[in-house]
Amino acid sequence: MDDLRDKYLSAIAEASDEATLEALRLQAVGKKGEISLKMRELGKMTPEERQVAGPKLNALKDEVNAALAAKKAALADAALDERLRAEWLDVTLPARPRRQGTIHPVSRVMEEVTALFADMGFAVAEGPQIETDWYNFDALNIPGHHPARAEMDTFYTHRAKGDDRPPHVLRTHTSPVQIRYMENHGAPCRIISPGRVYRADYDQTHTPMFNQVEGLAIDRDISMANLKWVLEEFFSAYFGAKVKTRFRASHFPFTEPSAEVDIQCAFEGGTVKVGEGDDWLEVLGSGMVHPKVLEAGGIDPAQWQGFAFGMGIDRIAMLKYGIPDLRAFFESDLRWLRHYGFSALDVPAVHSGV
Amino acid sequence: MKFTLSWLKDHLETDASLEEICEVLNDIGLEVEAVEDRAARLKDFTIGKVLKAEQHPDADRLRVCQVATDEGEKQIICGAPNAREGITVVVAKPGVYVPGIDTTIGVGKIRGVESFGMMASEREMELSDEHDGIIELPSGAVGERFTDWLAVHDPAKVDPVIEIAITPNRQDALGVRGVARDLAARGLGTLKPLDDQVVVGSFPSPISVAIDDDTRNDCPHFTGRVIRGVTNGPSPQWLQDRLRAIGLRPISALVDVTNFFTYDQNRPLHVFDADKVTGDLRVHRAGGGEALTALDDKDYTLSAGQIAISDDSGVESIAGIMGGAPTGCTGETVNVFLESAYWDPVRTAYTGRDLKIHSDARYRFERGVDPDYTLPGLEAATKMILDLCGGEASEVVEAGAALRTARSYSLDTARVISLVGMEIPKEEQVRILTALGFSATGAGETLEVWVPSWRRDVQGEADLVEEVARMASLTKLEPQPLRRPKPGVPAPVLTPMQQREGAARRTVAALGYNECVTYSFIDKAAAALFGGGDDAVMLENPISSEMSHMRPGLLPGLLQAAARNQARGFMDLALFEVGAAFHGGEPGEQHLQVAGLLVGHSGPRDPHGDRRPVDVFDVKADAEAVLGAMGAPAKVQILRGGDAWWHPGRHGRICLGPKKVLGVFGELHPKVLSALDVKGPAMGFTLFPEVIPLPRRQGASRGALEMSDLQAVERDFAFVVDAWVEAVTLANAAAGADKTLIEQVRIFDAFSGDKAEAQMGAGKKSVALTVRLQPREKTLTEEEIDAVGAKIVEKVGKATGGTLRG
Repeated sequence: MDDLRDKYLSAIAEASDEATLEALRLQAVGKKGEISLKMRELGKMTPEERQVAGPKLNALKDEVNAALAAKKAALADAALDERLRAEWLDVTLPARPRRQGTIHPVSRVMEEVTALFADMGFAVAEGPQIETDWYNFDALNIPGHHPARAEMDTFYTHRAKGDDRPPHVLRTHTSPVQIRYMENHGAPCRIISPGRVYRADYDQTHTPMFNQVEGLAIDRDISMANLKWVLEEFFSAYFGAKVKTRFRASHFPFTEPSAEVDIQCAFEGGTVKVGEGDDWLEVLGSGMVHPKVLEAGGIDPAQWQGFAFGMGIDRIAMLKYGIPDLRAFFESDLRWLRHYGFSALDVPAVHSGV
Repeated sequence: MKFTLSWLKDHLETDASLEEICEVLNDIGLEVEAVEDRAARLKDFTIGKVLKAEQHPDADRLRVCQVATDEGEKQIICGAPNAREGITVVVAKPGVYVPGIDTTIGVGKIRGVESFGMMASEREMELSDEHDGIIELPSGAVGERFTDWLAVHDPAKVDPVIEIAITPNRQDALGVRGVARDLAARGLGTLKPLDDQVVVGSFPSPISVAIDDDTRNDCPHFTGRVIRGVTNGPSPQWLQDRLRAIGLRPISALVDVTNFFTYDQNRPLHVFDADKVTGDLRVHRAGGGEALTALDDKDYTLSAGQIAISDDSGVESIAGIMGGAPTGCTGETVNVFLESAYWDPVRTAYTGRDLKIHSDARYRFERGVDPDYTLPGLEAATKMILDLCGGEASEVVEAGAALRTARSYSLDTARVISLVGMEIPKEEQVRILTALGFSATGAGETLEVWVPSWRRDVQGEADLVEEVARMASLTKLEPQPLRRPKPGVPAPVLTPMQQREGAARRTVAALGYNECVTYSFIDKAAAALFGGGDDAVMLENPISSEMSHMRPGLLPGLLQAAARNQARGFMDLALFEVGAAFHGGEPGEQHLQVAGLLVGHSGPRDPHGDRRPVDVFDVKADAEAVLGAMGAPAKVQILRGGDAWWHPGRHGRICLGPKKVLGVFGELHPKVLSALDVKGPAMGFTLFPEVIPLPRRQGASRGALEMSDLQAVERDFAFVVDAWVEAVTLANAAAGADKTLIEQVRIFDAFSGDKAEAQMGAGKKSVALTVRLQPREKTLTEEEIDAVGAKIVEKVGKATGGTLRG
């Protein structure tokens, strides 16, 4: 019986494929296999003989079956290993190309500004880009002969011969939205109005179209000190560092008192760092809304007061993101769009930071 | 507006430093644009003395000098002809920057001999153009700072020049005296009293003046007098230095005096050569067509209504703007007529603008000079002319009278505090206003404030608030929190349309497009290609012909951007923009668009063979995705018949009914591409977010989800139809076969073209669809499924004439 055991175990060990293994199985433990036949002979034995031979034969059968199963698994593993070896890929090949879209810095900064001011209760108001001269100038206390009209390099729309109406203008600021909003909503109100504005100027630092955001807050007791707080809160959140502001008295026809606002910065090696250092950078104009402007918007200046400010979106985008040239904003150079653009899913929000 | 520090100190008694003065100017609204502190640039130059000067062994023109300096005796090589023993000189030691030659001095060898510095000429220190030799000082101790020596012996050379920006409301600060008054009111010194002596005329003026009745509003007041026997030579050095310092060229004593008063008192004056004036002067409105050569030697023709000063021979001066050349003063002038008048600001502004003359006089009159200083200005200028040029003054001739500007406003001192947000006691408010020349009286909280004649801009209480605020210092303003409109979590602020715009932008970018911001104005030809470019949207004064018309849509700008990028070698482009397009020239005739453009291939070449040219179905997919993100309904119609800039057979309008167009996608017309220099083909879409209906349902709830436990079955059908039959017709017909069972019909194959016709016959194609049946109550039997199949074949056949493909 030991001969039988040695014979099959060594044959199983040497089997090189599944067919050989199956043949061995039939030959050993198949219906007519050598071991099966031996087991059939047990019936002819005496009980004493059987008691010795029976367990031995059973053990032999189990051992051979186990050897067959183990070998089968080993052969399958080897086959799989072989297949996987053949399925080798050069994974250093580039991935399937996928286009990467971007959000323009102007849109991004408008969203950032909106998120921060919305948290302080400011809604977003919009208005027409082609405006009447009344909304763009007169309602903002800039009469026809005012030097500010000439200084603004206004674009005018064409008037046909015989059409004696004053030409419309491309709005030179987003301030006309203030008037329209006050007319429609009255006081109290808090809005910002971001958007495109136009001035006939083109050089290193000016483009004939640029983007501005206007702010307006009207209530019973809003003061210039509130304005300063709002702007410092905004700039600190926007630049991600505590930013001090400096108010300097100035003059705008639509506000009184008026202030130009500088933010604290450091000029280092040709770059500007906001929120550090001892230098100041002028970023916006602001003031308390002129009583005549409130009246133009249908609001009683004896009852209501508030502030307004306006700043350049492109300019604060340049400051925050280190973009050197304003003109490139509107040239749509793919390299620029990719470098300065923002991920589609990176949405600015107060809770995640802007 | 420029002035020097010493000029300011003529009017202001102060110990404040230049830095302090500039800081305050910035704070009170007189923004410092530039400070030219010439002393600062020269602070490292020191005085030395040449002890010995010997010929350089190797160069004829050079001398080897031993110079006593604050750091001992130094050897300096010098090429100046006057470098000699014993003279007192100005030394730049190694390390000192020399502005006139833009160089920092180093230690060097000149022709083999070492040199430890430089002796400077006036030009090298930018003190003058003098460069004949090095400076020889008449005094000065070795080691003394040269700027200290200058401050004592030639202060004009180191007088700092301050340039400030003047806002349109501060006409009074166009004179140095106005600036001094502001600084004094802030407490930076004391305003010196004006010397207002009167020159008594010794003879009647041979030239008189009259103002036409209809011109009294334009010129309410005119004063003048003749001064005879003057000598019009160069003005004295101090006056020349001052004018030069602020960028004016000294001309002659008479002209320099008028310029001095323009800047000193904001009082422009004019001097006529009295011998060239024929008869008397008359101030009147031009009839139109009068010609004059002005002092800038240019010829001007007046329009009707512009104000002129004429004598018997015609117009001699454009009032308040520029005098005429024929009556101008020269070096030979001996008798002059001095004019000091008040010209109406608005009239002056219009005339100056029409004639395109920018003069110091126009600049001041159009902002408004002090109407009460017309006569005092004449007197002060007379005195100065007599002092500088000699001569004898006539009696004053005067027409009209000083404009009456006296007015008062009440000022609520509590409102000042409320508006500014700063505690400014009433007493301080009164002090500020008084120091600025206002008079403020009143016992309670409300003051009655009278406005000084030079503050034309102050027209109400708000202006008074501003005066108090700027003097109280906005720089010192302490921020105060602005309360939220209501406590707690801020309410959302975006309108549905604003949210829609943001969703569109984010979705297009997520689809791989790069957002552009292109100009709102484009050239007429490009606008015309897209249905715009008419006169209603034309600019009267475009900055260039490429920016002449408001854009009718966003695609032309994107196509131009694509062309520019293609020119740089970027051929695969996905660009988009979200913004306003203009369908008319009236306010509000604008609408929001979302436009995307695909040019070139789906991506760069890759080893996987994925690259393919972009096609209509790329932009269709993107347009549908963006419309979905904006909340457009899923059920839309795709109609043809779009605008001419689309490929006539390759575009679709995405519609809710025939009139409601939510968007258009397609291939751009090849002619449009070639006109815009774009290498095509190009695919685009334009969406109209404002057309999409707002959702009817309010609230966030989604409604219940119905899911069947029963297995859905799918069956495929391939039909042979005429080549022009649209796939959507088949799909709709199939869907109509059983509206309860059929959950979805999807087209999964379309086979057309030559090969298809070879198989199925000329003019035929095959369209294959898969139909998904969702049983609701019990599992479907084969017979039931076959019955629906037969119905589908029948419906499609009826709708399209199509048959099942064998």
